[in-house]
Amino acid sequence: MPAVAETLDTVQSVTEGTYKWGFSTDIEMDFAPKGLNEDIVRFISAKKNEPQWLLDWRLKAYATWLKMDEPTWPSVKYPKIDFQDAYYYAAPKVKSGPKSLDEVDPELLKTYAKLGIPLKEQAILAGVEGAGDSPSEGGRMPIAVDAVFDSVSVATSYKARLAKDGIIFCAISEAVHEYPELVRQYLGSVVPQGDNYYAALNSAVFTDGSFVYIPKGVRCPMELSTYFRINAKSTGQFERTLIIADEGAVVSYLEGCTAPMRDENQLHAAVVELVAMDDAQIKYSTVQNWYPGDAEGRGGIYNFVTKRAQCRGARSKVSWTQVETGSAITWKYPSCVLLGDDSVGEFYSVAITNNHQQADTGTKMIHVGKRTTSTIVSKGISAGKGQNTYRGLVRVAPSASGARNHTQCDSLLIGDQCGAHTVPYIENRNMTAKVEHEATTSRIAEDQLFYCRQRGLSEEDAVGLIVNGFCREVLKELPMEFAVEAQKLLQISLEGSVG
Amino acid sequence: MLKIEGLTAEVEGKPILKGIDLEVPDGEIHAIMGPNGSGKSTLSYVLAGRDGYEVTGGTAHFNGVDLLGLEPEERAAIGVFLAFQYPVELPGVGNANFLRTALNAQRRARGEGELDAMQFLKAARARLKELQMSEEMLKRGVNVGFSGGEKKRNEVLQMALLRPKLAILDETDSGLDIDALKIVADGVNALRAPEFSSLVITHYQRLLDYIVPDRVHVLMAGRIVKSGGPELAKELEATGYASVQAAA
Repeated sequence: MPAVAETLDTVQSVTEGTYKWGFSTDIEMDFAPKGLNEDIVRFISAKKNEPQWLLDWRLKAYATWLKMDEPTWPSVKYPKIDFQDAYYYAAPKVKSGPKSLDEVDPELLKTYAKLGIPLKEQAILAGVEGAGDSPSEGGRMPIAVDAVFDSVSVATSYKARLAKDGIIFCAISEAVHEYPELVRQYLGSVVPQGDNYYAALNSAVFTDGSFVYIPKGVRCPMELSTYFRINAKSTGQFERTLIIADEGAVVSYLEGCTAPMRDENQLHAAVVELVAMDDAQIKYSTVQNWYPGDAEGRGGIYNFVTKRAQCRGARSKVSWTQVETGSAITWKYPSCVLLGDDSVGEFYSVAITNNHQQADTGTKMIHVGKRTTSTIVSKGISAGKGQNTYRGLVRVAPSASGARNHTQCDSLLIGDQCGAHTVPYIENRNMTAKVEHEATTSRIAEDQLFYCRQRGLSEEDAVGLIVNGFCREVLKELPMEFAVEAQKLLQISLEGSVG
Repeated sequence: MLKIEGLTAEVEGKPILKGIDLEVPDGEIHAIMGPNGSGKSTLSYVLAGRDGYEVTGGTAHFNGVDLLGLEPEERAAIGVFLAFQYPVELPGVGNANFLRTALNAQRRARGEGELDAMQFLKAARARLKELQMSEEMLKRGVNVGFSGGEKKRNEVLQMALLRPKLAILDETDSGLDIDALKIVADGVNALRAPEFSSLVITHYQRLLDYIVPDRVHVLMAGRIVKSGGPELAKELEATGYASVQAAA
């Protein structure tokens, strides 16, 4: 079938030399020596002028990590990682902590310009001082950006506006100094140091990330947003994010990621912890388009992430939405531990694998409280030689009377060299719980493509339209502004229209 | 004007069209009738450019343009529209979004300005009203969960919006009740204009009571074996294809 063959060609021509964000910024770096040992952990802690308790916490994590084995259960293949062959600390040199954008390296701002951040956010970034006064502009919800450049958070906007409501949104390294009680109370309380191999590594060497605290009864007046970017050559990026929504608090957090092109694989092992108290709601949205490697599978980011939420309070709700189009390997299971009675966990996911990309992603929903409910909607798209695995766990504890789960897991295949795999685990220990699982696998049919083309759409547009239709249930969960970007990204990842 | 000369085509190595000669002048509607397996659908797919329908000889020109050298979407942009015998479902794709994307893709290809959401909606509502269809039609997924009749109506709605210069209707009447049949016919008749022509492919004479063709051609075993005026259709209805076959 020539049409299908052409689609394959198109799909396969996507990445090499076409990765839109493949540039690197020349900023003087401040490196720790290569390799990983106790001294490096101490170096990082010292660089950040951390209190003793945090250094001890890191060292404990490092000692735990040493005793652990790299997990081999995900269905992904990659050469063994040499953890001694990477830098664990790289910070852009800044005189002191930047107090305004004027103090931010102009090179860095140029980088954000190239990233396309300026479309909305840089306007906001540029107007840090005045912009925070009005809660909305042009009817749109404003977005506060905490930009993470390699390892150090360099620009945070809207702080003043948020502070009015008592909201804390800052770099976690800053929070360690400004709000030590909060950080000490919650850090590692959702994902303990020894949780898994990469979480332990992260706990030992995490460099920066975001910290959010929404006080009781406060509805955050804007979307909070972080742009991550991996820039230094061979630098592992170990983000640590902690979000706490106190009783009745409501917050929506957006995480967007792009990384410049690199030949070597770069390890990214982030940890994200969310805590929701009584009646609190956290919506966490991710659009991830890190460098996926070239058409032959060289390079690309290893994205080994631990994301977990605890719904501690009654009627609390956490919703994860992710659109994963980048990275050579994705290993990621944003999860919800539903402790509070009537708490709600949601997971909406789109994962695309193209060329040699591999994704093993899904979620864990742990039902502990009574009448807890969870919803899982996963859309996996495989093209080229991509391998896409959904791995999910729904566990209902004996205490979770009346718990409910619904899982829907759909796979779409483009071409005949890719793979889709579904690995759902269900453990139900309560007779009153209801757990449902639905799964489908389909292809973009030749007749669908022809139908679209007969109406005037190019083959690329047709694939984009069909894929977006396939992902609709997930995309509609994204905040409006993000949804538009995500739709474009789906098109870009599959159609070679980059640059 | 559509001009087909000596067209031969095969599917999976099997010859289906064995030398078609056909001219449809501007402003005319021609019917192609024939028994199952005579090559009617193959002819429509070959003209629209579907993969797997291999042209092995002959030519097809539309207003002087070599159709066979164009991609399907390029044929659409110069005004070729195929109403499908089995319209395809596109799950999750809204009908309005699909129609606007298609319309704007064609307009772009022709160097015309694109319609924004409001302009499109206005145009779509006007067509819906003419066709006596509900606005619900726009909100649903493309053909998803549509009954057979609704799918055919949706084809007519698309045709009305895209305003083709050559509409090929591939057994659009199959499976339709009389009311739906009238809607399809009204849709085609509404497009009648000096610069519009249509090829109505049908198994039965029934549709031709509502869309009165200028010419009727009988396709059998990959060849046009008989041509005539609208009365030929009535004749076939009375005597069946066997009589034509015997005569041919």
